Amino acid sequence: MEDQIVRITSRLVTPFIQVYGIYVILHGHLSPGGGFSGGAIFGASLVLVALSFNLEVGAKQISHTTASVLESGGALGFVVTGLVGVAVGANFLANRGAGFPLGEAGELFSAGAIFIITAFLGVKVASTIVTLFYNIIEGEEKSGDAH
Amino acid sequence: MTEVLTEVLNALLLLFLIVCAIAVAQIRDMLSAVIVFASFGLIMAIVWQQLSSPDVAMVEAALGTGVTTLLLIAAISKTRRAE
Repeated sequence: MEDQIVRITSRLVTPFIQVYGIYVILHGHLSPGGGFSGGAIFGASLVLVALSFNLEVGAKQISHTTASVLESGGALGFVVTGLVGVAVGANFLANRGAGFPLGEAGELFSAGAIFIITAFLGVKVASTIVTLFYNIIEGEEKSGDAH
Repeated sequence: MTEVLTEVLNALLLLFLIVCAIAVAQIRDMLSAVIVFASFGLIMAIVWQQLSSPDVAMVEAALGTGVTTLLLIAAISKTRRAE
């Protein structure tokens, strides 16, 4: 599917989608949205590039292996952030009890662990969507090592 | 006056949703059906916003309209377009 109009439009629109996705992830504790919504928006922009150009251009942005590693890393970061609370002596996923700096309510860098967890969740969801796309596209050739 | 206009808007949105849902099931061309399904998701996102749940509206617009359409188009490009 090589089309001039689709390629130029997606090239123009992609930076705005990505900035909006990062905005939604980072403002997850302040406004509607969060890790899941923002990650879905960001992942959709990466899939859009790979689909409107070709797989080589898409793999230059984020390859299948990188997406798989980021996917596992996001989940790992979530769990490690939760375990910080256990290590300090509070509950799993404890926020103030674990000593995360809460900041001032309404500011961007506030809410302690929730901010970190939302960022990891965004990475996880975005790379999951990219991995889903690559699994569909490469399904037949590499059915042996599909994850 | 504003309430009446909002009611009219909601009724039009729901009517469009029903028409889209029937059209998706009836259309024979796969690519056309996917595009109509994308417009279904877009209108559904506005309906969620009207039901005052912007969080769900955002997920519906990103997943229901964006990612689902992209994945379905990827699936069509791997298979045949006509039913």
